[in-house]
Amino acid sequence: MLGYAGRILYLDLTTGKSYVEKLNEETAKKYIGGIGLGMHLYLTKSKKGIDPFCPENPLVLSVGPLTATVFPTGGNGHAFISKSPATGGVGESVSHGTFGTELKRAGYDAVVITGKAEKPIYLLIDDDSVELRDASKLWGRSPSEVEDAIKEEVGDFYVRVAAIGVAGEKLTKIACIINDKTRAAGRTGLGAVMGSKNLKAIAVRGTNDVTIAKPEEFFSMVKEFHERMKGPAAQKYRTTGSTENLTIQNNLSCVPTRNYNNSHFESAENISSTIINQHYVAKIIGCNSCAMRCEHQAIIKDGPYKNTMTRIEYDNLWAFGPNCGVDKLNFIIKAAERCNYYGLDAQSTGGIISFIMDCYEKNILTKENLDGIDAHFGNASAMLALIEKIGKREGIGTTFADGVKIAATKIGNKTEQLAQHIKGLEVTGYDLRCLKTTALGCAVSFRGADHNRSGAATIDLRGKVDRLKAEPGRGKIIKELEDQYNLIDSLIICKNAKGTFYKEYEEMTKLYNATTGLNITQQELELAGERIQTLAKLINTREGLTRKDDTLPWKVMNQPITDDGPSKGAVVTKNELDLMLDDYYQARGYDKQGIPTTAKLETLGLTEHLTIITKKEA
Amino acid sequence: MTERHQDRKIVVSDPERCSGCGLCEYVCSMVNEKTFNPHKSRIRVIRRGLVNMAVSCRKCKDPVCVASCPKNALSQEKHTGIICVDEHACTGCGWCIGACSFGALNLHPDKKIVYTCNSCDVFNGVPQCVQWCTENALQYITAENLAQKIRQKIVSQLLETREVAKTENCNK
Repeated sequence: MLGYAGRILYLDLTTGKSYVEKLNEETAKKYIGGIGLGMHLYLTKSKKGIDPFCPENPLVLSVGPLTATVFPTGGNGHAFISKSPATGGVGESVSHGTFGTELKRAGYDAVVITGKAEKPIYLLIDDDSVELRDASKLWGRSPSEVEDAIKEEVGDFYVRVAAIGVAGEKLTKIACIINDKTRAAGRTGLGAVMGSKNLKAIAVRGTNDVTIAKPEEFFSMVKEFHERMKGPAAQKYRTTGSTENLTIQNNLSCVPTRNYNNSHFESAENISSTIINQHYVAKIIGCNSCAMRCEHQAIIKDGPYKNTMTRIEYDNLWAFGPNCGVDKLNFIIKAAERCNYYGLDAQSTGGIISFIMDCYEKNILTKENLDGIDAHFGNASAMLALIEKIGKREGIGTTFADGVKIAATKIGNKTEQLAQHIKGLEVTGYDLRCLKTTALGCAVSFRGADHNRSGAATIDLRGKVDRLKAEPGRGKIIKELEDQYNLIDSLIICKNAKGTFYKEYEEMTKLYNATTGLNITQQELELAGERIQTLAKLINTREGLTRKDDTLPWKVMNQPITDDGPSKGAVVTKNELDLMLDDYYQARGYDKQGIPTTAKLETLGLTEHLTIITKKEA
Repeated sequence: MTERHQDRKIVVSDPERCSGCGLCEYVCSMVNEKTFNPHKSRIRVIRRGLVNMAVSCRKCKDPVCVASCPKNALSQEKHTGIICVDEHACTGCGWCIGACSFGALNLHPDKKIVYTCNSCDVFNGVPQCVQWCTENALQYITAENLAQKIRQKIVSQLLETREVAKTENCNK
């Protein structure tokens, strides 16, 4: 079993004790790695109904079979998995960079962390040595500062660090885990799970070999993908970057603007990717062994935020730009940088601020309620002031830092209608009213509102389906996309590289076999993609999530798009959602309530978890 | 085969192009050690935010690493300038590592002896790291050609600025 390290590290922070178990071939083939392996470990090692912040709640860190190889965009990922404090269901987030490669070389496919340290610590994994070190001096500092401090203390420039910021320390439910300074396992609030364990950072150094089964076949694939990555499939990422989405989507009125009050941002030209690239992007850097480097590093050249540097992508651009009605790039870039500083998920942070602004405009919140902040849409200074409050969890920050769902419960006054979230996770930059396949994808996404669980926006935006229509057949589309995305997140390939796979399953199977030598069939891999989805669904089912949680935000279902243009009048009705859900559950082999059937678990080899669904049936 | 020092080619990295991805490290370890392990690479990437660079042996004239070895384990190939390590003589003391101004020598984690760039496949053209670099940030080039290229680049930049200035003046 090559490619894999073949070992799983179990660590109890309460006792400081750790042990290693072998990863057997059967488990590797069934769950592949990344989120698949991580969710398998989570489900088998956690108890039903556990509080995400309870010391016994496991936090799983995993890498994929391709990690630390030279496969472009595939050699550098890692994933965190636990119960999400934001959704109460499964939380998972993948990040890339260099961190994962060291963990693989240290000899682990996954690390399962339980318990809680008495005082702030950081974990240092150096091959076989696992050490808990004092982090009291690091507490209160940003992930970037922590990375520098640990490198200094360990005395090794190549040690890789994933750390939480102040948000994670304070158990803020939108806290992320940042590695390599600018890369984040952003979504589902897993930084807070780390914080609840008093675990400030994980530092890794690995020196072992990573050997693959069929180097010749592997390298011929690498060569082929290098060529593809120079071509049209990766051109956007290599050149203008994902910020280009803004213009494309804005032309189709698909950009949620001012907390879904509009779907077209009139000032999009002021923050277009052309301007970003001309005036802000200092360099495009790459993750480990990537051939389509895409990390657009933006620097503010003048004004009060001079020399602020951060990574800019469509997601954070949207969150602080159109979503908050802000068209000043200096402020948007500063906002993104502040999120990295405090360790906040930028998309959720933007979602919270636009929610506050919406409440403010509707006179539900006033200046007095908001520590004197004038939270009009478009007020860029107010946006930054609110990030400080949320990041430090100070003053009104305490009301809002845990996300819009919780904030709306606290404020009341029908504000849940303004809270744009699914399952407690804030929405992303795709207007679900006029991208109906994406709407279904987000409604059934096991981690809450997120386009990255199925990537259906591409299908909608490219006109492969009628994006304004809800019809039978969309369920099957989402099922197939989800299965592929599960494999992408389990092999851990970058989603930006999805377009470079021309025959997804066939090429992924070839790649998996060339790396591991396990010689699985394409059907086995396809089934693994489906298995991983149902595994996630089982975690959610165990934690009490049902069909009613597979829903859409109030505005998506009740407030049609008013902007003139190609999306005017679009809304997803209850009937349309129900139609698509039924269609999807049927395609998945789930019952009407969205619960996997016994027959499905048997097909997928998940009968060890049968009690989760039989208890529901009873 | 020539013996002129100026004809020796070395691997140089362009910090403006290097994305810091470390592909060269992986390729190097695969070619020479049949595994993926940057710790066994003869070229090493320094990743410092915006400026990234890969460093390997410069094939110096009268190399200080060779001179510093107390066991005479290091020697320089006359034709190519490659630093050769006598695996039996090297004790892994690391004196040469400290002597090299570029950090181009490393201690092999398994063999416990030093090793450095061997210009793999040099007689077939260019080393593998240069062949695989997707950013064209690496070149296998003589010092003289490198200097030429830099001069040409700087002069064309200078001319470009003057052309722009000229056009601007005409427009006034």
